[in-house]
Amino acid sequence: MGGINFLVTIINMRAPGMTYMRMPMFTWTTFVTSALILFAFPPLTVGLFLMTFDRMFGAQFFDVAGGGNTIIWEHLFWIFGHPEVYILILPAFGIFSEIIPVFSRKRLFGYSSMVFATVLIGFLGFMVWAHHMFTVGLGNVANAIFAIATMTIAVPTGMKIFNWLFTMWGGNLKFTTPMLWSVAFIPSFLMGGVTGVMLAAAPADYQYHDTYFVVAHFHYVIVGGVVFAILAGTQFYWPKMFGTMLNEVLGKITFWTFLIGFHLTFFIQHFLGLMGMPRRIWKFLPNQGLDTGNLISSVGAAFMAFGVIVMLINIIITTVQNKRVGNDPWGDGRTLEWAIPSPPPFYNFKQLPLVRGVDTWWIEKMEGKKELTPAEPLGDIHMPDASILPVVISGGLFIAAFGALYHGDKGNTWGLPVLIIGIGIALLGMLIRSVKDYHGFHIHKEELLEDDKDKGVKA
Amino acid sequence: MTNEQVKTGNPRVDYDYRRRKSAEEMKYQVISFILMIFLTLIAFGAVYADFSKWFTIPIILLLAIVQVIFQLYYFMHMSHKGHEAPQLFLFSGALVGFLTILTFSTIIWW
Amino acid sequence: MHVEEQFTPKTWPEAPEKATLEAKNKFLGFWLFLGGETVLFASLFATYISLKDKVPDPSMAHAKDLFELPLSFLATMLLLVSSITSVYAMYHMKNFAFKKMQFWLLITVLLGAGFLGTEVYEFHHYVTEFHHTFTSSAFGSAFYTLVGFHGGHVAFGLLWILTLMLRNSGRGLNLYNAPKFYVASLYWHFIDVVWVFIFTVVYLMGMVG
Repeated sequence: MGGINFLVTIINMRAPGMTYMRMPMFTWTTFVTSALILFAFPPLTVGLFLMTFDRMFGAQFFDVAGGGNTIIWEHLFWIFGHPEVYILILPAFGIFSEIIPVFSRKRLFGYSSMVFATVLIGFLGFMVWAHHMFTVGLGNVANAIFAIATMTIAVPTGMKIFNWLFTMWGGNLKFTTPMLWSVAFIPSFLMGGVTGVMLAAAPADYQYHDTYFVVAHFHYVIVGGVVFAILAGTQFYWPKMFGTMLNEVLGKITFWTFLIGFHLTFFIQHFLGLMGMPRRIWKFLPNQGLDTGNLISSVGAAFMAFGVIVMLINIIITTVQNKRVGNDPWGDGRTLEWAIPSPPPFYNFKQLPLVRGVDTWWIEKMEGKKELTPAEPLGDIHMPDASILPVVISGGLFIAAFGALYHGDKGNTWGLPVLIIGIGIALLGMLIRSVKDYHGFHIHKEELLEDDKDKGVKA
Repeated sequence: MTNEQVKTGNPRVDYDYRRRKSAEEMKYQVISFILMIFLTLIAFGAVYADFSKWFTIPIILLLAIVQVIFQLYYFMHMSHKGHEAPQLFLFSGALVGFLTILTFSTIIWW
Repeated sequence: MHVEEQFTPKTWPEAPEKATLEAKNKFLGFWLFLGGETVLFASLFATYISLKDKVPDPSMAHAKDLFELPLSFLATMLLLVSSITSVYAMYHMKNFAFKKMQFWLLITVLLGAGFLGTEVYEFHHYVTEFHHTFTSSAFGSAFYTLVGFHGGHVAFGLLWILTLMLRNSGRGLNLYNAPKFYVASLYWHFIDVVWVFIFTVVYLMGMVG
């Protein structure tokens, strides 16, 4: 549903003048990610249903004695699982594509190729899932096909890395906390990426499989990619979301301690894996040669924990002090969101803006304007109605899931009734949502004029 | 068979034109429907006639695909203007689906 | 174009299902949903294809023993005809003929209910005559899940169309409910599309061997 929502908004509801090739990169990555979500989750849903049927109702999908096959689960799960990691990383790429141009005071290098690379990564993401299954016995031909397909994803990803570097080259760099995260992201993610190519070589994977080498790879890409993006984005977008600015000094402390901790923890795991430390074992005998490495890993974890605690303190202090900021607190905002108040009013834009190019707000600023060029005169805004029903529907499914999870455990019998009640709540919610009228409401022109006493720009 | 707004300036003419266009389209729908019944009959007939399975299976699959294309393009108006996004997403979904089915028919049992 | 506006056949817009932004969004959103459903059913088909005839004991029923032409043909005809009746209902909607639309939607619902009836009879027949159940084999689990999920979608569709018919029975057509009828009709066509593949892959291919 979330995927569909973003897709429809992006396809149908762009502002006048905003063609696809004028959208911010974060919007593009959200678009491709949402398409991935739409197509990747159904196989997971099917897999989970099959497993639930096996557990709750005695189906034979995965039971070899009944004619079933466990490989079905693996395929279904990884057909979801591989696109899932692109669902994780593409928005992170989008965030960095927003931050880097702002703090280089230079537009994103190679916009069209960035768009192309994003779409290609999304598409290829569906072609490679069996690289999680190299050791299952699919055969040499299948393994070879998936190995090569996996390695090709490095190409568009590399394009993006070069574009970010070329954006920074020759720019007026400002090393604020978000920019520090972005600069650290590049080598960290890259390291994760190259170990990924190593893992993609199917014969080599027979050695790496189920060792800490794999763990090191995916933590490098996920922490070095996604987590850095989340922390960078938190610092960058905090003023826009909450109207206050997180402290820069504390932000830098968080950055340095987390960065050092991250590398301490996960770099050593490459070697632990190569030395043979297996995954998913919770306890090892002493004197296997693994003790020092794991100790270093744990020290790194303590560093990361420290960094995160400093960030939480940062958040608390900022919230308590409550020093309000204006529309464009970083000073160099390039895209539309920096043209409206922080936090934005619930209707976002008083008048739909007229988009004249990529980095719309930057264009207006460079022409000396203090506000966006509007595309319509000031008038009533039609807003959709709010409703608690979507929460009720998801709540019903949430309850149902508990029924399915715990059915039959230790002989309990409440599982099935809870499942049915949960589904019933969800269906009832859907019925009411369909039957009830949702016409929306209007914000009148007078209320808009009241809002910060601004007369609106004459269109 | 697109969905254009035609305006001749005379509302009664427009209305009549639209009604006749609608009726014409409806005629096409009924013809497509009869064709679909026909395709279904051929498929069932092929099975009833007990041909070799290497002949029957590709034929009935082909008939199914043709029928689905008819359904999508005529009954669900995918041929009309304004359906570019639906087309893109439905075919992408069909592609992912095809990959899944291909996989399960080839690399599950050995 | 206000949603509550009263129309006449002459002033009714050409494409009422896309006349407002809300309508356009519903329209696109639903097609996207159908894209996702395509992948969902493809996964179920894939599971069925790999588990077809996989039974623990060779004496148990295989596809060849179970499926028969007459019953599957009847079910197919019921659903296919219900698809054309829903097209006819949309034709009347475009012409602003509310009562005729309701009538043809009712026929669609009745045909759909007939389809479900044949399916219930069919499943009962397999369980009692052949002991081919959901839990008896992987083949059984896969068959009943694929065909059962489709049947579940049919049942949901029937309830959906009925709800719309009842809810709007006193109102006539307007730009608020026209997109809702259209989207329900798109859903109905989609389940017919899925059935075309089911009868081909499951029943016909099952009978051929």
